[in-house]
Amino acid sequence: MSLVNNIKKSIWAENAVFRLLLGLCPALAVTTSAENGLGMGLATTFVLVCSNIVVSSLRKVIPPKVRIPSFIVVIASFVTIVQLCMEAYFYDLHKALGIFIPLIVVNCLILGRAEAFASKNKLLPAVVDGVGMGIGFTLALFVLGAVRELFGSGTLLGYSVFGEAYQPLLLMILPPGAFIAMGLLLAGMNLFDARKQ
Amino acid sequence: MNSIPRLVLVLTLITAGAGLVLSLVESVTREPIAEQRRQEMLRALQAVLPPADNSPDDDTVELVVGQDKRGRDVMRKFFRGRKDGQLSGLAFKVVAPDGYSGNIDVMVGIDPSGTVVGIEILSHNETPGLGDKIAFPEYKKTFAGKNLDNADWRVKKDGGEFDQITGATISPRAVVGAVRKGLEFYRDNKSEVIADSQGGTQ
Repeated sequence: MSLVNNIKKSIWAENAVFRLLLGLCPALAVTTSAENGLGMGLATTFVLVCSNIVVSSLRKVIPPKVRIPSFIVVIASFVTIVQLCMEAYFYDLHKALGIFIPLIVVNCLILGRAEAFASKNKLLPAVVDGVGMGIGFTLALFVLGAVRELFGSGTLLGYSVFGEAYQPLLLMILPPGAFIAMGLLLAGMNLFDARKQ
Repeated sequence: MNSIPRLVLVLTLITAGAGLVLSLVESVTREPIAEQRRQEMLRALQAVLPPADNSPDDDTVELVVGQDKRGRDVMRKFFRGRKDGQLSGLAFKVVAPDGYSGNIDVMVGIDPSGTVVGIEILSHNETPGLGDKIAFPEYKKTFAGKNLDNADWRVKKDGGEFDQITGATISPRAVVGAVRKGLEFYRDNKSEVIADSQGGTQ
């Protein structure tokens, strides 16, 4: 029913990165490998779902005038929790994502969902929205990371794909490669949608 | 309803709640994080030191290497590895400030005579695919066995004998320079570094 449709919608038709173009800073910066994209996506999803839960449960308590600072405090707290837990239990991922984890606080995707959805809806839809948007974001980062890793280093999730003879397209794991890969994927999605109609 | 006291109250409660939760999480993760950092340090020490049977991170000397811009002392910590009570090697961290993109932290391991046993790149931000090859094992290996007397501590492009990396001369040049300065410091302060540990600053 509509909850499932909501999730589907936020994965493709309203995909945070490829359709709403939200949260591009982490999407472009950390996706040098599929693993980094996945890690960043999951961390963001966790923060998104938790902040949606809290914001939605407190939506009648928080006065509109102080809603933005309240949301930010909630989001920042969850980001700090993620950061501490990651450093304690996933040290290698922490080293790879390092400075980008605190930046989840300013990911406009999370504040955007808190403001536009969670603060106006009941708990269950807010959770579903967070999960759906999170999956969409994670998938987008994973695909972007996979494409860049595949061409930029010839590997996928660390495993060699093209063999030793492949000369990596360095550009793809440098910052310009992020924009190029992003643009091509966007174009591909548009082409697919246009064909379908 | 939107009177100032209510705004203040709600915001205070939210921040207090956030503070409470964060202090809980912090107290749970404090131990594992300290352990992870220590393990990382130990891994680096093991990689660069000759075989040792003590815990080098408990057997350290700290010396002043210079002053920073504000005139405060910059300290360098020497980790001492021992085998059967005999000093078998030393490790210390040097910082190459002139990398292509920010500082490069290098852990250098030497035997007591000042010959490099191994180096380990602790952290860097060099360009992926080019300068970041300084962290590859093949590159790090080129330092083993070199000391101030048997090697010309410059990259080949500058007339020395250390390999540079195709497309990246700046990163190796920074690493070579930093390791050389570290070795020179050791040579000039050797007696203090290897002076018996128990009296050293811990």
